[in-house]
Amino acid sequence: MRARSMRWGVLVASAALVLTACGGGGGNQLAGGTDVPVDTNAEFAPGSTMANLKQAGKIRIGTKFDQPLFGLKGLDGTPQGFDVEIGKIVAAKLGLSPEQIEWVEAPSKTREEKIEQDLVDMVVATYTINDKRKERISFAGPYYEAGQDLMVKSDNAEITGPESLRASGAKVCSVTGSTPAEEIKKFVDPQNLTLFDVYSKCSDALRTGQVQAVTTDNVILMGLVENSGGQFKLVDKQFTSEPYGIGIKKGDVPFCQFIDDTLTKAAGDGTYEKAWQASAGKVSPETPPLPQLDPCS
Amino acid sequence: MHVITDNLPLYLNGLLRTLQICLYAGVLAMVLGTVIAAFRVAPLPPLRATGTSWVTVFRNCPLTVVLFFMAFGLPELGLNGSYFWFGTIGLALYTSAFVCEAIRSGINAVPPGQAEAARAIGLGFGQTLGLVVLPQAVRTVVPPLGNVIIAMIKNSAIVGAFGVGGDLFAVGDTLTSARGEAVLPVLIGVVLGYLVITIPAGLLLGVLERKVAIAR
Repeated sequence: MRARSMRWGVLVASAALVLTACGGGGGNQLAGGTDVPVDTNAEFAPGSTMANLKQAGKIRIGTKFDQPLFGLKGLDGTPQGFDVEIGKIVAAKLGLSPEQIEWVEAPSKTREEKIEQDLVDMVVATYTINDKRKERISFAGPYYEAGQDLMVKSDNAEITGPESLRASGAKVCSVTGSTPAEEIKKFVDPQNLTLFDVYSKCSDALRTGQVQAVTTDNVILMGLVENSGGQFKLVDKQFTSEPYGIGIKKGDVPFCQFIDDTLTKAAGDGTYEKAWQASAGKVSPETPPLPQLDPCS
Repeated sequence: MHVITDNLPLYLNGLLRTLQICLYAGVLAMVLGTVIAAFRVAPLPPLRATGTSWVTVFRNCPLTVVLFFMAFGLPELGLNGSYFWFGTIGLALYTSAFVCEAIRSGINAVPPGQAEAARAIGLGFGQTLGLVVLPQAVRTVVPPLGNVIIAMIKNSAIVGAFGVGGDLFAVGDTLTSARGEAVLPVLIGVVLGYLVITIPAGLLLGVLERKVAIAR
């Protein structure tokens, strides 16, 4: 009898061990983050977006839920990352605490729709500013300048940059409808380009050898590299410039100016640096300078 | 609407890609489905069991799951291949279960006397099925087979999401997100593209039905 119960005990213990071991692998939790003081005395012109948001006591911010270091939704249900920190900084200046932010998932393909249909108040989601998008929405910022890069398996020496892709006949994976997916078409033939809806599937395809490279903006790749446990590496040859902006309703110039002011102040008082260090800085320790802001329109 | 005319080459490429997927998957599904139907009415129990399990698995498993297994499960097992073929074969496997059931219903519609007569003049199982029963069976099931094929053409939109890309539905994706076009006109273009395939397919099946239909 005793022997049997002991056997059960061992079984349960080892099962628990296996379970916890599995749980530890994929997590890249970014605890803490910036503690931005909430500006409760903020005053805004009546009728402006800022005044409306402050009065509503709630802001809906669109971000990605699957991008480590920028916007990643963990088990606690709140996304974490640099985009999220930027969102918190803007909210704080509106007099809203992090608890008053409603995070809305904004994957690449529905960002414009989410803004147009008033499902979010702003989108901070590794959102490259370009003219085509500006026809439908307005951008504040940029708050960060990324660049497109390639991620390959750690032992891959063949792929040294985008120019080497065609020569080695490599298959490349990216995300449907993203700017990098369009950009990489200059370097690979259409039949060698694989597109999925999320980057995690690209990582999987790279791991199993279905593709030889994954391409998108460098920092997103850094997050994937970080999560790969040494299986992947960055080629580290940026070949585009991707200014990340904050998407807002088209033509809302005062809101844009408010966000730009907030960014400038954050860069001045160290909040911007803290936001970076608490998120993407874990992989890229050097805080980038705040890029030159675009004029609001 | 200028979105559609401006991007006509892109739409045409997508249409071609979708047609390609449907053609390969359709032919494969028809062949497989017929073979499995033969299995299901075969006198050997192991064959019948194989046929029944095949249909049970593929008819009751969502297409997305079948495709997910093809695209992410097979490479995990060390089987690498092009996503185009993974997707096309996945679609064919799924559709074959429905083709099989349509054909089996046709086989059941053939009066037993036909098979008995074939047996009586000394034909074996293969000959009875291939020369006497199946030709009659297929003629009666043109409409349900047509439904299966049209459903397959529509299902091909899902294949595009599993790394195949470049199909008609994916074209809509590219236009709306990367190029920032408005969703509605883009989707109207996509719908028109599918109609260009499905409506003629339906008409063709109608003609075929009138040609081969047998009164019973």
